[in-house]
Amino acid sequence: MKHKPAVNSSHAYSIDHECSIDQIRSVIAQNRSDHLLHILHALQQQLLHIPHRAVAEVASHLNLPVGQVESVVEFYSFFHNIPRGRYNILLSNCTSCGYMAGGKNLLQLLCQLLGVVAGRTRADGLVSVDQTSCVGMCDHGAAMLVNDRPIIRLDSGRIERIAALVNAAVPLEGWPEEWFDVDDNIRSSGLLLKDDLVAGDGLHAMIARGADATLDEITRSGLRGRGGAGFSTGMKWQFCREAPGDAHYVVCNADEGEPGTFKDRILLHSYADEVFEGMTVCARVIGSGQGLLYLRGEYRYLLPQLQAVLARRRELGLLGRNILGQPGFNFEIEIVVGAGAYICGEESALIESLEGKRGVPRNRPPFPVTHGYLGRPTVVNNVETFSAAAHIALRGSAWFSATGTGKSAGSKILSVSGDCAAPGIYEYPFGVTIQQVLEDCAAKDVQAVQVGGPSGTLIGKAEFGRKLGFEDLPTGGSFMVFGQERDLLAVAVNFAHFFAHESCGFCTPCRVGTTLLKNGVDKIAGGHGTHYDVDELKRLGALIKRRSHCGLGQTAANHLLDVIQRFPQVIEQRLAHSEFEPYFNLDAALEEARRITHRNDAAAHLE
Amino acid sequence: MRAEPKRDTAIPNTITIDGQEIPFSIGQTIMDAALAAGVYIPHLCHRPGLTPHGSCKLCTVSIEGRNVASHTADRRIQASSSVEIDSRSVSACTMPAMAGQQIRNNTPALNEVRKTITQMLFIEGNHLCPSCEKTGDCTLQAVAYHLGMLDGHFPQLSPRREVDASHGSVVLDRDRCILCELCVRASREVDGKNVFAISGRGIDAHLIVNSASGKLADSDLETGDMAAHICPVGAILIKEHGYEVPIGRRTFDLHRVSEIGLEPVILAKVRHTDE
Repeated sequence: MKHKPAVNSSHAYSIDHECSIDQIRSVIAQNRSDHLLHILHALQQQLLHIPHRAVAEVASHLNLPVGQVESVVEFYSFFHNIPRGRYNILLSNCTSCGYMAGGKNLLQLLCQLLGVVAGRTRADGLVSVDQTSCVGMCDHGAAMLVNDRPIIRLDSGRIERIAALVNAAVPLEGWPEEWFDVDDNIRSSGLLLKDDLVAGDGLHAMIARGADATLDEITRSGLRGRGGAGFSTGMKWQFCREAPGDAHYVVCNADEGEPGTFKDRILLHSYADEVFEGMTVCARVIGSGQGLLYLRGEYRYLLPQLQAVLARRRELGLLGRNILGQPGFNFEIEIVVGAGAYICGEESALIESLEGKRGVPRNRPPFPVTHGYLGRPTVVNNVETFSAAAHIALRGSAWFSATGTGKSAGSKILSVSGDCAAPGIYEYPFGVTIQQVLEDCAAKDVQAVQVGGPSGTLIGKAEFGRKLGFEDLPTGGSFMVFGQERDLLAVAVNFAHFFAHESCGFCTPCRVGTTLLKNGVDKIAGGHGTHYDVDELKRLGALIKRRSHCGLGQTAANHLLDVIQRFPQVIEQRLAHSEFEPYFNLDAALEEARRITHRNDAAAHLE
Repeated sequence: MRAEPKRDTAIPNTITIDGQEIPFSIGQTIMDAALAAGVYIPHLCHRPGLTPHGSCKLCTVSIEGRNVASHTADRRIQASSSVEIDSRSVSACTMPAMAGQQIRNNTPALNEVRKTITQMLFIEGNHLCPSCEKTGDCTLQAVAYHLGMLDGHFPQLSPRREVDASHGSVVLDRDRCILCELCVRASREVDGKNVFAISGRGIDAHLIVNSASGKLADSDLETGDMAAHICPVGAILIKEHGYEVPIGRRTFDLHRVSEIGLEPVILAKVRHTDE
């Protein structure tokens, strides 16, 4: 980890604000990548923020409009225009790996111990503490990122030790190593996780069979996109291959941001060869010379080993020029690292981000298969999809389609988290029942399961007989278990805040609607909601779902509509018994005055 | 309603909006075809001649059934991935017109949706029509009247937004910005400059000026630019020319927003006051 304490005086904060232009230029010059996100990350990491004057420097270095650089800095959660601490701590706020996961508010505890206000930097510039969306550590309890590195299994004791280490300014290298050890946690394995594929085997098989026949195998296998939407992989490759263009691109979507999903973490950590091999198979089929893997910023810690895998593949002749001695089979893979934006998991927003812009989903049509990265035909597939494609290239379509159901061939890797004794990775044939998964992960007294994450479906006991698959309950892999003790309204509040935070702001229904949903469910949770507010949420939810620009908005109300429909009592018992309560709340309106006067005693409250 | 469109090879290039058959040429969107035929579809972020944007969602229409995409590959993708619902919600300004599309536009249900979206635009900013210099010339206000909007319905979000009065002859009042990006596109596509951009995300998205200081004064915006005049609300105003046209004789005092081809009138009106 290249953690460079910027300055060691206690005045770091003010000095940082005055970063010299030479400092800025040297960071830009030393950065080996010319990708806007990478240069901004280097500035953020070394100067602890992206100073205003750096924006113009970066813009002129990359020959971009100043406005584009500024808008990117302000779009992504991990970039800041005022300095963060030398220890920049981000606690996950996910319901599974968040700071409340153990029942105790660890964010509050850490802030107290460090004498810092969440979201702000301590006056001495040493530390900043904030919250962030799910970091994909849901099988390891509460988790945080400190200077881009994950620490898992947080509890009060560990938080206290962390606070002490920070206060003593002990470098991360001196922190207990095991805190950073994130294991795979594979509980059951099937088609993809059981056997390692020897690097190159899929490619050899493809070359022997031929690109056309390989595409036929992929199509015949029935493989569908594993991100959740489930489009036929073979058809997607075929459309892209047929689309005219002077270049074709293969993009791997490793921006797994759906709360409760961490399967790609495992695939990238322990099965990266399969993923890269699948991309290379795709490249041969569609005639692409360049692949890009878009890695979510939360998984930056995986970058060195992913680069090592790429380097090894180059040495083995599995990447680069004339792959496996085939003249003209040239393919390279570049990794682009995101910076905290769930929306970039949407394929066209991801492409925008790859192009160094804000992650705003494009209008469709045209689709990426004809107009994708740099306007060229592009295949965007999920990490798991590429992994499956590599296996199919080696073992054939029949091997794959023998598992699963009619419309959902093969297996699905689930990320199981929440209230169960054995959270982790479970690979099942499609068609497995919810009940079966619950038994396997030793979940007792289950109240509800969130299938497919907050954007998916919330189901109760009566529906545990339903099956995972495109015919019934599709899922990108998130499987969150909620026990009887769990307050589903608190979960709804959490999810509503998540979507309001992650909306890109492009279209009116989602930009304004997700904030209104958040305010509405906050009001109910605060005990001020009435039946009128519930009806409002239903009406608003239906509109956002139907009229939003992209999948984020179209699914942002699902969790709330599901709670209202399937768990009405959860809402009902929190409603105020009146026809109408205004949003305006006198006590809440005094909050600013309390903050200014540093008072929070009973006399400073109205209720 | 007309009979089903013919499914043979000689499908005429027409779409049907609320039962009215409308011709289109390849490359036109539903909005293009509708406007050419004198059919009004409410819109705020669209302006003929600029790249369609599709963000305000006021032009939301419903397309019956399938067969709704333009490119062959796109059509195949949509056909195989579309869920079994009897209609699809699309933005008329970005969706290519396709032979045989059955479109619903001016229906009570869709106008109700549009009214709610307009209310969202009002409450997310700080819109105080009676004291706004743009009143009567404001498309947001006119659309609100057109849709029968009588209140904001939702609680005001009352955001804190910056005013930029640094420029000698143009003022930028972000309180009224609806993020339609007309100024962004006009500057880029018509003026050949790049004065504006959208920054931030979600409810905090906001208009920025593409200059080193972020101030309008340091940009190359001039009063002759389309970007200085295209704002459908009162976020970008020409200084020292307020209230030259008295209330009662302003654009939407004399015209309905649903009249087709008002855009030059609106632009000329502002230009007129600038002369």
